[in-house]
Amino acid sequence: MTTIEMKPPVLAVGPLAWLRKNLFSTWYNAALTLLAIWLLYALFKPALEWATTEARWGVIEANLTLFMIGLYPREQIGRVWLTIFLLSALIGLSWGVWKNAARGFALMALGAGAAFILIALYFQWNVWDEWLLAVGILLLFYVIGLYLPRGNLIATLAWFLYFPFVFLLIAGTKYIATLPPVASNLWGGLLLTLLLTIVGNFGALPLGILLALGRRSKLPIIRYFSIGYIELIRGVPLVTILYMAAILLPLFLPIDVRPEQVIRAMIGFILFEAAYQAENVRGGLQAIDRGQYEAAHALGLSGTQTMLFIILPQALRAVVPALFNSFISLFKDTSLVAIIGLFDVVRIARTILAQPDWLGTHREVFLFAFFIYWGFNLAFTYGSRRVEQALGVGTR
Amino acid sequence: MNIKAFWRDIRFLKILAQAIFILVLAAAALYLYRNVSVNLARQGMTVGYGFMKNPASFDIGESYIPYQASDPYRRALLVGLVNTLVVSGIGIILTTIVGVLAGVARLSSNWLINRFAAAYVGVIRNTPLLLQLMFWYFGVIIQLPGVRQAIELPGSIFLTQRGIYLPWAEPTATHPAWRVYILFAIISIFIIWFILRTAGQRASVPLSPWWNLTYPFVPAFIILLGAFLQPEPPLRAFIPALSGLNFKGGLRLTPEFAALLFGLVVYTGAFIAEIVRAGIQAVSKGQVEAARSLGLTNSQTLRLVVFPQALRIMVPPVTSQYLNLAKNSSLAIAIGYPDLFSISGTVFNQTGAAIETTVIMMLSYLSMSLFTSLLMNIYNARIQLVER
Repeated sequence: MTTIEMKPPVLAVGPLAWLRKNLFSTWYNAALTLLAIWLLYALFKPALEWATTEARWGVIEANLTLFMIGLYPREQIGRVWLTIFLLSALIGLSWGVWKNAARGFALMALGAGAAFILIALYFQWNVWDEWLLAVGILLLFYVIGLYLPRGNLIATLAWFLYFPFVFLLIAGTKYIATLPPVASNLWGGLLLTLLLTIVGNFGALPLGILLALGRRSKLPIIRYFSIGYIELIRGVPLVTILYMAAILLPLFLPIDVRPEQVIRAMIGFILFEAAYQAENVRGGLQAIDRGQYEAAHALGLSGTQTMLFIILPQALRAVVPALFNSFISLFKDTSLVAIIGLFDVVRIARTILAQPDWLGTHREVFLFAFFIYWGFNLAFTYGSRRVEQALGVGTR
Repeated sequence: MNIKAFWRDIRFLKILAQAIFILVLAAAALYLYRNVSVNLARQGMTVGYGFMKNPASFDIGESYIPYQASDPYRRALLVGLVNTLVVSGIGIILTTIVGVLAGVARLSSNWLINRFAAAYVGVIRNTPLLLQLMFWYFGVIIQLPGVRQAIELPGSIFLTQRGIYLPWAEPTATHPAWRVYILFAIISIFIIWFILRTAGQRASVPLSPWWNLTYPFVPAFIILLGAFLQPEPPLRAFIPALSGLNFKGGLRLTPEFAALLFGLVVYTGAFIAEIVRAGIQAVSKGQVEAARSLGLTNSQTLRLVVFPQALRIMVPPVTSQYLNLAKNSSLAIAIGYPDLFSISGTVFNQTGAAIETTVIMMLSYLSMSLFTSLLMNIYNARIQLVER
């Protein structure tokens, strides 16, 4: 019997094998790899050198508060902190009540809070105790949420009440002495960006649903009106709609009604976003099987009841991913208010660049603004994925 | 006799609902109209397009049609429209290239290239375009070195803070004579196509694919003929070169145009990359396996099986990205490129004609959108699966 000499098999595990498989599998792959390495080197070496030596990052530290809240009165800053504490309470509560569905998000918030504490301690800013409090509140409400009876209802209700309450807290009112009104032209920075995003999205949803139903209506006049509105809005740039809201809206209102710029922008966003959300919702409506209508009809539900209790819940659940996408893209689009003169993150960046001390720090300031948007969008994307999983989108 | 009460008749109710809807709309329109007329009367203004004939008396940074400050407003608005069309048109072509490259790179088996494309898509898609435009303009192009220290890239491309200079071609004296040859070369392609098609239909066996070589060779022969008969080529290289305090020759992209074009292309390219990736991934694996088992090579599989099917999935979303690019070009105002939106704003500031400028602006963007949709819908209908 002869023994067959077998070559040892080609290395299949280990770093060398990984390199061979993923970077140097063929000659053109190897060439591409080398090209990419060269490109990375050519791009990142000067960028890193600039970031560590030439860049003046002091501009960020000096203007951090401006970035966050704009010209919001500094003596009223406690109100902004209160919204953050309430938010961490809500996140903690949701974590306690909904466990897995909210855990990742809560952990991310905890991580962010811890990072803020460390950063504040490192730079010796006096905000580390506030962030510590926020983290403490989150954990406290987690424990409360674990043992809360009817937690599901309370947490849902709390989230719905949160946004109007925050609006009241930020805007203030003349009826409550401890909450003096703050003129909306002082709202700014990240605060304004987030407010516009939330108002624009949640304000547009009812209108969007109505338009979607209108577009699928059997009544021709209502259908053509909805189609006309949706296509008109989707056919023009957002900035022209904001421009209209800022300049034309007052012309269309009675003489004694002159809404503030921020309110006008919010109206513009709602009118704009409604058309896009209508298309999202329409997608969901089209995905509902005819059998659902027929079954509801057979059970004796009226047309309105069928819509409210059978069709819309399923349609909206189906389009949750699309609605989150709209949310994220509106978050980016709020930056356009800088063009009509509101002090959102982008406009604040421009004003910082006009400060005599920090002339020529464009890259530092814009990179920081990029970082803000990017970080929030990562969080939103992650949050939306968890919500989709919790709602069972695409699995039911 | 049992006559149904007419107010319970569904046909009547439908008409009633629509009538009420129209009444509500009309009431709202009337209310808005009254407000507008009261407001305008208070400001002592009237609505009308009479102002369009008055001289604009402002300068425009760059224009592709002749324009001077003494031209009327309508000319200024036309300049803005052309500027928007130019940047959108070039942008759409370039962003398709960038998007397809990045989308394919995203599917590459090469780990580094794959990660590189993923990082590009991730960062660009998650930050606002306005911020990116400002970064490219204020953070990069304006901070380029002055003319004398210009950065030279291979191929005589010069980057300076006064703009980007590219080599270009300029027509020579013989250019008109050359048009005849080029025209004949183009016509010859159609003639070849026609002859080959009729011959192919008559023949019992398919024509040899070698006949396809006539497509490049015949036109090339006509052009070559021109090269013998004409004293000089139709175009001359037009290379930018430093002379005195500025560059002479070549094609100059203003900093505003360059930043806007670059920003739009990079931003939209990231979205197209995701569409391309999703489109290619959506082609079912069985298609690839079937193609391989039929003996098609790797590139044939990609070219003849995967890509045509992926294209079908990709066209509608890519269309909406093209539209987005055209609409997003209105952000040019933030970096001072005189597009339609920016010039409309200037006209409004000078004349106070808010309603008129808005109507012009909206109609222009709307017709641009509708026209692009129309073209892409025609294309989409052509490549759709023809089912029997």
